[in-house]
Amino acid sequence: MKKKSLLGQAAAAPHVVWSVLFIIAPLLFVAYYALTDADGNFTFKNFGALFTAEYLEIFLRSACFAFLATAICLVIAYPVAYFISKTSPKTQKLLIVLVMLPQWMNFLIRTYSWMAILEDTGIINTVLGWVGLGPVHMINTAGAVILGMVYNFLPYMILPIYTSLSKLDPRYVEASADLGCNAFGTLLHVILPLSRSGIISGVTMVFVPSISTFYISQKLGGGNFDLIGDTIERQFMSAYNYNLGAAISFVLMILIIVSMTVMNRFGEEEGSVVT
Amino acid sequence: MTHTKRLNRLYAILIFIFLYAPIAVLILFSFNDSNSTGVFTGFSLKWYRELLSDEATFTALKNTLILAVSSSLIATLIGTAAAVGINKMKNKYLVGAVNTMTNIPMMNPDIVTGISLMLLFVFVGALVNSQNSLNFWTVLIAHITFNLPYVILNVLPKLRSMDRHLPEAALDLGCTPLQSFFKVELPAIMPGVISGLIMAFTLSLDDFVISYFTVGNGFETLPIRIYSMTKKRVTPDMYALSTFIFIAILALLLLSNFVGDRDQAKKNGTKAARKGGKR
Amino acid sequence: MKLKKLFLPLFLLLLLTAVLLTLSSCGGEKKEKVVLNVYNWGEYISDGSEGTLDVNRMFEEYYLETYGVEMTVNYTTYASNEDLYAKLKSGATGYDIIIPSDYMIQRMANEGMLEKLNYANIPNYRHIADYCKGLRYDPNEEYTVAYTYGMVGIIYNTKIVDEEDVGGWDLLWNEKYKGQILQFNNSRDAFGTAMYSLDINVNTRDIAEWKEALSMLVKQKPLIQSYVMDEVYNKMERGEAAIAPYYAGDYLSMVENNEDLAFYYPQNEKGETVTNIFVDAMCIPKGCGNKEAAERYINFLLSEEPAVAIAEYIYYASPNSLVYNNEGYRETLGEDMEMLYPDIDFEAVYGEYSYENLDIATLQAVNDLWEQLKIDSSTLGNGVYIACAVLLVLLVAWAVFSYVMKLRRRRYYW
Repeated sequence: MKKKSLLGQAAAAPHVVWSVLFIIAPLLFVAYYALTDADGNFTFKNFGALFTAEYLEIFLRSACFAFLATAICLVIAYPVAYFISKTSPKTQKLLIVLVMLPQWMNFLIRTYSWMAILEDTGIINTVLGWVGLGPVHMINTAGAVILGMVYNFLPYMILPIYTSLSKLDPRYVEASADLGCNAFGTLLHVILPLSRSGIISGVTMVFVPSISTFYISQKLGGGNFDLIGDTIERQFMSAYNYNLGAAISFVLMILIIVSMTVMNRFGEEEGSVVT
Repeated sequence: MTHTKRLNRLYAILIFIFLYAPIAVLILFSFNDSNSTGVFTGFSLKWYRELLSDEATFTALKNTLILAVSSSLIATLIGTAAAVGINKMKNKYLVGAVNTMTNIPMMNPDIVTGISLMLLFVFVGALVNSQNSLNFWTVLIAHITFNLPYVILNVLPKLRSMDRHLPEAALDLGCTPLQSFFKVELPAIMPGVISGLIMAFTLSLDDFVISYFTVGNGFETLPIRIYSMTKKRVTPDMYALSTFIFIAILALLLLSNFVGDRDQAKKNGTKAARKGGKR
Repeated sequence: MKLKKLFLPLFLLLLLTAVLLTLSSCGGEKKEKVVLNVYNWGEYISDGSEGTLDVNRMFEEYYLETYGVEMTVNYTTYASNEDLYAKLKSGATGYDIIIPSDYMIQRMANEGMLEKLNYANIPNYRHIADYCKGLRYDPNEEYTVAYTYGMVGIIYNTKIVDEEDVGGWDLLWNEKYKGQILQFNNSRDAFGTAMYSLDINVNTRDIAEWKEALSMLVKQKPLIQSYVMDEVYNKMERGEAAIAPYYAGDYLSMVENNEDLAFYYPQNEKGETVTNIFVDAMCIPKGCGNKEAAERYINFLLSEEPAVAIAEYIYYASPNSLVYNNEGYRETLGEDMEMLYPDIDFEAVYGEYSYENLDIATLQAVNDLWEQLKIDSSTLGNGVYIACAVLLVLLVAWAVFSYVMKLRRRRYYW
């Protein structure tokens, strides 16, 4: 048995080799820049420079935006995923691709389109104007940025939840109903825990990229406030400061790893409630 | 019950409106008479005509497709195998380490991933004295790398929720481990694999920053072409192209759905006939 | 397994299309061939769209006729000077022609990233106007041939902005138009607007002066609708914003879609034009594979027909006298000529107000100041933080609740 499990583990070997070559090795370059100054001397001052109120605020702000976007995605996506998993197998396939299809259009163009929809002279406000409702200011607000994040990452939440809900044995649900659980109880105690790993995947795929996103905040937020991704991009591109840029992204990486670990722990704890 | 069902459907429709609202705007402006993507001045097909004569855009589209298809297929292959392997690992810390490593491309802003990969490729290129250290293969490697976590994150949940006794039963019944994987495990995790493939394809299709830094001369993808237009303006021919792609895929989807429908009906028909015969 | 049925054909079809497209695009026999890798901004050459001249194809034909060698121009694009610099700086080679802006050329030349040109191979260089030769970024005429130039001005909506408020940089600080003003979303250009209005040298190394400019920008922030780059087109055309600093050539393209727009070059009290002029110039980077062919390409772009086509396509000013004096070109531009080629002392304005490459220390200090402006969240409010905190409290409460339930259940079972 032990041999067999080793053999099974070996399936991960190509991935591990790949990751060492193309994830860890480039990371060494990032580490090198983070730990040196412009002349290539070893230093910690890049990290030291981050302990200011400003950077603290910007880290916190990015985390908050990503957290809210993730929460909203989860709330919106779960019923959609559930709805899709309840349709006929053929419709499921169709709907899943339809969920992803908008993302196949160019990101820049989609963002321009959102601006056309949300602006004060945009589509929504024009329509509101026709029915005599005053303009609602939407663009260049925190809400618009979060909307942009939700829009761009929603499919990454729907798909994993859907896959974990599909082929969910309906007998579990029936059993729970038979044992006197109401619909809400069934959802909370049976369906939700069974799709737990899908939720964790979805949360990871939404939270992690949205915390470091940089284009959405500039376009839908009107460039009025920065997120951490904007700061990192600017360090690399306008200040030619690879050292500080690398240091910021290292700190960001560590923060994300810590929060993911906490989440996974939390997820496991939750799981043990049922099992 | 029908009441909740109707509510469910309404909710799903709302979400789809949300997802497709910008696409509708995009389609609208592809028919614009002027070169503006801000004001609609009149209906015209000129951007479609423009598009047809634009060789460079079609080359870019071709490059983008080759890159997206090949990188997503390879990433799905490696990623699915990796997920199977990770699922079999018993050591908690090992699993944690591999998962964390996998997720790194997702954590870094694209610009960090892009520049660090570029530095690596150029560095290795200098070691082997290569003239063009950046080329199609480097951008392919980069795409596979950032696709991998998405594939793994889609396949793992499916593996975890799979009944562990299934493959064991297959083994007991005389299957080789490989047979048991292809006949039992793979079908069970297929929805996850497909989701991973779709996501990988999507990410690859729409990536600009990482592609920009890892691509060599002479190979331009569609996103690079579109972002480069921002010195001047992004013209509606790109909207026309997007619309064209969108309509083509939609038609294909509905068609395949329809064809699948007929197949299914036929199959059901024969099944029913057989059943009827038995009775 | 069934799912595969749908996706496999879809993918195969995509792959097939890609392969077919590849097959259709190549398929010539192998001859002696020269490949030239041209790396330029997007939409920055006449490429055959909208009935224009396809300059690159034309050059390939010209090359075959003149030198009897088959030439392929491999034309790719980048989005910004900084993108270009980062890529070339990493040591990625293989580009034969690049067209960066002046301050970036200066930077690249200082860092030894450019080849010296052999002007003997570029006889058409004589058509470049004298005022575009030997400028600050290339004082000894070694590295560059000017390609195009343009000037920043202020675009405004005549329906909203009163004519009397127009004229200087102070329009960007006019409280009357609060919430309708756009500002550049990059530090150099945004600081530039503040420094012009304060009469500070935009190339100063004195951080105190940059700080003074920052306080101007901080003062301006409540008036600003958004910090923009390429979105400026849509926002101005739609009438979403009323005032924006941008380039003259781009204004001319916007006014076609919104005739309420107008434009001026800001002046100081003395009536002198005070604004940024940028020059984009052709250079050959180190590592160029075929320098002679590259120089022939540069020379070709300076000859009358392609140069006119390019100038009409880009719609910025051309430093080429063949273009400026071309009848057809002048006719096509009509009144726009005055806008693109304003009657100013080019060398004086360029020398005084254009951007020079700054040293790294100054650049980083400026970037830090810019960051201060962008981190400041007075316009953001606390809604996000409050929502976040509430959610977090709920989540923790739920976790505690579940934990307690778990403990109780355990007690029950045992």
